[in-house]
Amino acid sequence: MDRKMNIRNMPSQDHLLCGQGACAGCGVAIAVRNIMRILGENTTVYVPASCLLIFGGGMYPHSAFDVPFLYSAFENTGAVISGIKAGYRRQGKDVTVIGIAGDGGTFDIGLQALAGAAERNEDVIYVCVDNEAYMNTGTQRSGSTPFGAWTTTTPVGKKIKGKRGFKKDLMSVVTSQDIAYAATLSIAHMNDFVQKVEKAKNLKGFRFLHVMTPCASGWKSDPSATFDLANMAVETGMWSLYEVVDGEVSITYRPKEMRPVTEYLKLQGRFKHMSKEDVDTLQSWICKKWNKRYCPTAPPLEGKEDDLAYGGDGCEGV
Amino acid sequence: MRSVKALTGNAAAAYGVMLCRPEVIPNYPITPQTIIIEQIADFINDGELDADFIPADSEHSAMSMAIGASATGVRTFTTTASQGLALMHEMLYVPPQVRLPILLVNVNRSLGAGSGIWVEYNDSMAERDSGWMQAYAEDSQEVLDMVIQAYRIAEDPRVVLPFMLCLDGFILSHTVERVEVPDQEEVDSFLPKFKPLNRLDPKDPMSINIAVSPAHSMEMRYQLDRQMANARPVISEVDDLFAKAFGRRYGGLIDTYRMEDAETALITIGTATSTARVAVDELRSEGKKVGLIKLRFMRPFPHEEIRKAVKNVKALGVFDRSISVNGFGPVFTEVRNSLYGSGIPITDHIAGIGGRDLKVATFKEMFSVLDQSASGKKVRDCTWHGLRGEM
Repeated sequence: MDRKMNIRNMPSQDHLLCGQGACAGCGVAIAVRNIMRILGENTTVYVPASCLLIFGGGMYPHSAFDVPFLYSAFENTGAVISGIKAGYRRQGKDVTVIGIAGDGGTFDIGLQALAGAAERNEDVIYVCVDNEAYMNTGTQRSGSTPFGAWTTTTPVGKKIKGKRGFKKDLMSVVTSQDIAYAATLSIAHMNDFVQKVEKAKNLKGFRFLHVMTPCASGWKSDPSATFDLANMAVETGMWSLYEVVDGEVSITYRPKEMRPVTEYLKLQGRFKHMSKEDVDTLQSWICKKWNKRYCPTAPPLEGKEDDLAYGGDGCEGV
Repeated sequence: MRSVKALTGNAAAAYGVMLCRPEVIPNYPITPQTIIIEQIADFINDGELDADFIPADSEHSAMSMAIGASATGVRTFTTTASQGLALMHEMLYVPPQVRLPILLVNVNRSLGAGSGIWVEYNDSMAERDSGWMQAYAEDSQEVLDMVIQAYRIAEDPRVVLPFMLCLDGFILSHTVERVEVPDQEEVDSFLPKFKPLNRLDPKDPMSINIAVSPAHSMEMRYQLDRQMANARPVISEVDDLFAKAFGRRYGGLIDTYRMEDAETALITIGTATSTARVAVDELRSEGKKVGLIKLRFMRPFPHEEIRKAVKNVKALGVFDRSISVNGFGPVFTEVRNSLYGSGIPITDHIAGIGGRDLKVATFKEMFSVLDQSASGKKVRDCTWHGLRGEM
């Protein structure tokens, strides 16, 4: 039996080339570069309005992709990749068609076209590179922005400080339809990352990859902290790694214990204003998610949110 | 073998599409267009047409799919009306600039408040600046024939622009007429296989529609403007070739009726032309020298053809079935631009808004305004015909 793909044996040929114009420490660039290595040259890329369009798609006459590339608008990734795939299918060309959209282009404005493509179970790969705000337009809040975070449209005011709502559970929306494959990915878990991309590549039907991609500029973090942020997101429960095949959910990485969310928050400027009360609210939200994710058979939670202790695996006592 | 069928304008469009064998057909239903996609779905499910039929989640997505499919180099069709065209608006600006010769059939319907589903041209007229060729059909036969001509024009290497074929909601879309349906082999030999100039293909990678800075975007727009001008002779040429192959000629950008010695003339568009022709005949029988110009294309606009056709008229009227609020009808604006400096008095005649019936008498009323205008009397630039009571 072949060994699973890992970061040592994965293909090394780049298709998002050097010279692209991403910021230092950009999680999107790391994610897309590695996805493109695995998908290879027989791939066509659609990117809607996003950072990736500018730094990867490029500014005429330069482009960082050496495979066919198309752009047309912001909200239509699910639709355009469906059309590209149909065009290739009519010509008997077996090409991997991938759309790579940001969280704004997926959670918000692109959700309808994404849901349409999922419902039709189009034979395409949809990647959401999630940096939790509209970063290309200068950090406005999206449906993905976590509770409490500063953005330019959830500013830290005298009265209201940061985003009041919680991050949308996009994977639930996407996997509510009968699609071939869905997975969450982290650039801090690269073996898991490349295995999921390879699995998606080799399946037919609609495949959805959701990658958390830290953004130094929008998260007000040090460019060198990108890996630590991606890692700590998983360790604190702000992000979790799993896949859904034929509706069956499997956890692909389980943290040994839940780290307090403050260890994640403190690495970023976007949360530095948060009151203890707001941190507790966010921590309670994480605890619920954690229990649901890692202990799905546990009975429903009871008692006060304060009772949800972290420090263990989150399943104790429930 | 050619056959004769009784077809609505919508069915005629669907038959035309089937004969042109598009590969990908993204679609979304909307009144009064829906029958077109229903008929095409029947063709596909009955095995009469081999195409990818993609039911979209919206018209915006339908046009987005058409862009994706056409970019791979296959013949692509979609269709809509009114609010659907408005929802596509953002995407309509992409195919002209990246040269995707998509055919869109728009069944004209009023747009906006009032939920009107009846014919008016403000849906398609609002898209005249997008870079699509835009033609208006008068009857079901012309709808079918123009679908075939449209692909031939749009895919011509001298043009490579998308084509919007418009037909009147209900009056044409739902009216059954006698239509000659050409033979498949005839259409196959008239319409060569689509050979794209550029396309997405991993064997020859290319980036299509990346960001363009002000250093280059102005030239791109200039090229598009020139390209539309290049379409003019191709449209006439294709009409000639079509006449040779199928025996029906439409006149290219415009068609004229009894214009030889006309002293007053009216420019019409769409099905109204048929009604106006009756008015012309009746007025001619009374000895009045009146004529008609049928505007077939809104883009490219037939400036020169109109100048030539009206050079001996004493007054010209323009029928508009849409209004640029607090401006004029869009056809009038173009015609007056064409004739600037000619000295010919030109008046705008708004009628049939929101699907209001147009009668022979309505057009006779327009000609009576033109009579006054021709005799040197000052008349209003713009007259609304058929309003209820005193407004």
